[in-house]
Amino acid sequence: MYYLGIESTAHTFGASVVDDKGKIYSNVQDVYKSAAGSGIHPREAAEHHSEVAAGVLSGALRDAHVSAAQLDGVAIALGPGLGPCLRVGATVARSLASYLRIPLIPVNHAIGHIEIGILTTGATDPLVVLVSGGHTAIAAFSGGRWRIFGETEDITIGNLFDMFAREIDLPSPAGQQIEKLTQNASKFIPLPYVVKGNDVSYSGLLTASLAKLRSGERLEDVCYSMQEVSCSMLAEAVERSLAYTGKREVLLTGGVAANMSLKDKLEKVAAIHNAVCFTVTPPYTGDNGAQIAWTGALSLHNGIVTRIEDSHVRPRWRLEDVDIPWRRS
Amino acid sequence: MLTYHGEEADLPALIYTGAEAEIYLQEWFGEMAIRKQRIPKTYRVPLLDENIRHLRTSHEATMLREARKLGVAVPIVQHIDQESTSLIMDYINGRTLKDELRSVSKSERRSRCRTLGEMLAVMHTGGIVHGDVTLSNVISQDGKLFIIDFGLGNFSKESEAMGVDLLLLNRSIRSTHYKVHSELFRSFVEGYDCVFGHKSREIMEKMREVERRGRYFERG
Repeated sequence: MYYLGIESTAHTFGASVVDDKGKIYSNVQDVYKSAAGSGIHPREAAEHHSEVAAGVLSGALRDAHVSAAQLDGVAIALGPGLGPCLRVGATVARSLASYLRIPLIPVNHAIGHIEIGILTTGATDPLVVLVSGGHTAIAAFSGGRWRIFGETEDITIGNLFDMFAREIDLPSPAGQQIEKLTQNASKFIPLPYVVKGNDVSYSGLLTASLAKLRSGERLEDVCYSMQEVSCSMLAEAVERSLAYTGKREVLLTGGVAANMSLKDKLEKVAAIHNAVCFTVTPPYTGDNGAQIAWTGALSLHNGIVTRIEDSHVRPRWRLEDVDIPWRRS
Repeated sequence: MLTYHGEEADLPALIYTGAEAEIYLQEWFGEMAIRKQRIPKTYRVPLLDENIRHLRTSHEATMLREARKLGVAVPIVQHIDQESTSLIMDYINGRTLKDELRSVSKSERRSRCRTLGEMLAVMHTGGIVHGDVTLSNVISQDGKLFIIDFGLGNFSKESEAMGVDLLLLNRSIRSTHYKVHSELFRSFVEGYDCVFGHKSREIMEKMREVERRGRYFERG
């Protein structure tokens, strides 16, 4: 059984073929790059996706040595994400499902990050730390759903890095650029550290970091301090959640999982609580088609399909609203 | 010689380790006292780590003082030791409400919960939320209740923050006293309503709204 997954929630247009055992045959993507100093423009990103869609799809089938006729289902990330971007992927997926007469499987993008993390790391019952441009959330599985246990009360950690980078005209991907700059830092500058129970808040940190820069502090020192504070805040929220839930595993997934400082801190937190920290590694950190294809495979096995006329995009689809029949606890 | 649970105590003694702090029993000018010591975290750079522990140590002392000003029974802070980021507080020689509720009569059980409801309403109407209300964070000394652990406490007039306090307590009762859960929570609400007045309905509604979001787990 082969499943095609299509990802187009934000800047990435990706496609991937997996089977029902979780073997990933291909994972192809093309990422829209915004100009330095500007953020992602939804319409331009959507135009980018329309242009690259055919090439990415045929690439995914070619790499997998699978023909379109062999596919048993098409999984599509219907949300959460940017409306114009979501609609490109959804249109492509609907056409394919309709033409090939195979099921169309609705997938929540955030659940995709969790499932690909579990698949590729071997975690079994983790406390999930989902960090990306769209999410900063701590979740654990309970009663048939992933429950948000802590999250950001304003912007995400990915937003923090991106918005900071944009203000100072750093090219994307912002996180990597900032992490590189931290290596030449010479001092730590105190910045607002806001943890409220299991929640974090980053907007004050962004404002204060930019203000430090304007007041003449070195860019490297500000980057280092901002990274230290933001990752430590999240580490503390994770520590509280870990102590509370008593989970033995932590799973770090999403685009910001590639940040070494965050990984290091979460490993330390896990060690304090005798837990194991699993970290997703590229290419499955950033948005990818495989996360959608694999979650689609799990969903279809549990009868989750959508009729084409019901397959509306859901830009604000929250992960705790998704029933997960394939997981027990 | 000071005694602890009827035995000669070897002090200081570590009696509890939390996510943020270690709790020691120690002597303080001839009396038994509690030292809550916030421990360094290796995942934070030392300067940041020290700042946070200092701020929180004094913040907790402030919350305890303000709650006490409202007339809520809490441990009295004897000393703030910023050197070791510790608070020295009165030792309350009692049992957690979680343990006590198992062994007292039905009417006592209800009366304890009602009293707790009154105490929490006094705090809330006075603008203080606790942030971590559980039956383990209430100590009963022969029936006199003390609320402890104000580490997540804050000043707030938001009904959501108050609703979270109620939800956390509701969950705590349900997870450890599920057979008498509704009876106990009803008694708590009676006490809460009695002090809070008509606005308590709004807080209860907020509690249900937060609960529907499903993010506050039952503690294992």
